[in-house]
Amino acid sequence: MIVIKTNNLSKQFRVYEKPAGLIGSFKSLFNSKFKDIHAVENINLEIHEGEIVGFLGPNGAGKTTTLKMLSGLLFPTNGNATVLGYVPWERPVEFRKAFSLVMGQKSQLWWDLPASDSFELHKEIYKIDPVKFKKNVGELTEIFQVANLLNKPVRELSLGERMKLELIASLLHDPKLLLLDEPTIGLDVVAQSAMHRCLYEFNQTRKITILLTSHYMRDVETLCSRILVISGGKMVYDGQLQGLKDEFGKEKLIKIQFKNLVPDQVFSKFEQLEITGGIVRLRVSKNDVPSVLAIVSQCEEVLDISIEDPPIEEVIEKLFVSHRSKSL
Amino acid sequence: MNKYFNIARLSLKERLTYRGDFLFSSFLRFLPMITSILLWKSVYSSSEQDSLSGFSFKQVIAYLLLVNISRMFSSMPGLATNLARDVREGSIKKYLLQPIDLIGYLMSYRIAHKAAYISTSLVPYIILFGSCASFFDTFPTPVGCAYFILSLMLAFVIGFYFEVCLGMLSFWILEVTSLLYVVTTLSFFLSGHLIPLDLLDTTGWLDVLKNLPFAYLAYFPAAIFLQKISDDDLLLRFFIGVLWALFFFLLSRVILYFGLRKYSAYGA
Repeated sequence: MIVIKTNNLSKQFRVYEKPAGLIGSFKSLFNSKFKDIHAVENINLEIHEGEIVGFLGPNGAGKTTTLKMLSGLLFPTNGNATVLGYVPWERPVEFRKAFSLVMGQKSQLWWDLPASDSFELHKEIYKIDPVKFKKNVGELTEIFQVANLLNKPVRELSLGERMKLELIASLLHDPKLLLLDEPTIGLDVVAQSAMHRCLYEFNQTRKITILLTSHYMRDVETLCSRILVISGGKMVYDGQLQGLKDEFGKEKLIKIQFKNLVPDQVFSKFEQLEITGGIVRLRVSKNDVPSVLAIVSQCEEVLDISIEDPPIEEVIEKLFVSHRSKSL
Repeated sequence: MNKYFNIARLSLKERLTYRGDFLFSSFLRFLPMITSILLWKSVYSSSEQDSLSGFSFKQVIAYLLLVNISRMFSSMPGLATNLARDVREGSIKKYLLQPIDLIGYLMSYRIAHKAAYISTSLVPYIILFGSCASFFDTFPTPVGCAYFILSLMLAFVIGFYFEVCLGMLSFWILEVTSLLYVVTTLSFFLSGHLIPLDLLDTTGWLDVLKNLPFAYLAYFPAAIFLQKISDDDLLLRFFIGVLWALFFFLLSRVILYFGLRKYSAYGA
C-alpha cells in the first residue's frame, strides 16, 4: 500500500528583501522588493506502508517544507500529493487522526502541566479507546522508562525527557504514519538509542510508516534502509543507503596497526590520513585495496588491520557538493 | 464535545498553576475604580448640575461599577496577542495537526479562564457592590436581570470573536501589536468603558455608536441594568447584538479559511 505519493510537489515562498542599514530600512518603506524562493521543486516520491525512510539535506534544502506540506500545514504552489489516501492540505479529520508530526523543537505538551494531563487530553481529542489508551501508555512509558516522569510538570523536565514524552504523545493514537523532524536533536546517546529502539519496535510490530529528517547520521544508519536526499529544493537521491555509499563512497578507509614504527615511504603513493607510532590510516580507492594488502603482507609484525567505508556524513557531503557544482 | 470540555478543564488547571499572579491581578483590577470615582466627583461638582444627559452622579458611579462586570465577560486579555504570536512563531501548528477546531479550542480555553477569573472575583465584587449599594437607585426586575445576564453572554461572544478576528490578521501581517493597541484604545472609548455613551451628545450621528459592536462590550449590559433602554428598544438592540455576534463568528471562519492558505508555518 502506498502511504505517501507526491507528483511534482513544489512550494514557492515570496520573501521580502530588506536592505541592510537604517537608510535601507527607510527606503524599503516606499519601495519594497520581493523575491521568490523555490523552497521545494518538483518532488516526486512514493513511500510504502512499513518503510522507514530517512530524509536528508543541508539546512534550507526544503526538508521541513516538504514535511509541512505532507502534514497539511502548508498548501503547495504546484503539484499534488496524497498521504494515506487523503489530500493533506484539505486536512480532513480522519487524516489528522491517522498521522503524527513530531518536531524536535516544538512542543505539543502543555508546558505547565504534567504530561499525564496532556495524554488524557489526547485520549479525548483522538477518541482513543480507554483500554487501548491504558495499554499504550503502559507500553510506551516502559520502553522509554519514563513512568516516574508522568506526573511532573513538563517545564521541569530535561530536553531528553521531554522529547521522549513528546514521542509517546504522538504514538498514543496508533498513527499509521509518523513524520519526524529532527527527533533526536539535543538528546544524549542513551536517549537516542532508546528512541531508535522504540521507533524500530513500533515499525516492526505495528507496521507504522516513518519518514524522518535528521542531521544525526546515526539515526539514519540505525533506522533507515532507504534514504531521500534533497538539496536546493530538488530531490537528488532516492534509494538504498548502501547504494549511496557505493555511488559516492568509492573509497575505503584502511587502518593498520604495526608493532613498530613504519617508514613514511612504504605507503607514500596512497593518501595518508595519519601515521603515528605504529598506526597508519589511509584513504584509498577501492581498486587500490589489493595493492595495500600486498604491501602489508610483506611487512613484519602486523597487529591489526581494518577496512571500512568512509563515514556516511562524508558520503552525503560529496553528494551535496556534486549537486551544487552541477547546478552552478 | 468531550474534548472541548477537557480542554477547558486543563486550561483551568493551568490557570491555577500561577495562583499568586492570578489572584493579585484579580484584585488589582479594582484600583482604577477609585480614580474614576474621584474624577467623576470633580466633574459633577464643577458642572454644578445634578444630572448630565440623564445621568446623576450616583448613576454614573453605578454605571462604572456595572461596566466592570461587562468587561469581566467581554475583555479577552492576551487572546489576539497570543494567537498572533502562535502564528508568528509556528506554535499554532499543534492545533492544526490535531483533529480539533482551532476556534473551538480557543473558545474552550477562554471559557475556562473566564470561569476561574469570575469565580475568584466573586467575593471581592460582592464586597465592592455591597459597599457601593447606595449608588444604585433601583434594581432591575427578575426579567431585567435575565436580560442583563443574556447581555453579558452576548458581550462574551462578541468580544471573543472580535479578538479572534484581530489575532488571525497575523496570517497576513505578522506583527499586530500596534494595530491591537489602536483598536483597544478605540474600543475603550467606543464601548462606553470610560464614559456612558449617553453622555456623548447623541442627538445626531453619535447615536450610531450604540449600534456598533463596541457598545455591546461594556455599555449595553450596564444600560440594561440601569434601565436606560426602553422595553420597545431592547429587543431591537438584542437583535442587532446577535447580528454582530453572528457577523464576527462568520468573519473569523472566513479569515481562518483564507489565512491557512496564506500561512507560511514560519518557525515550526
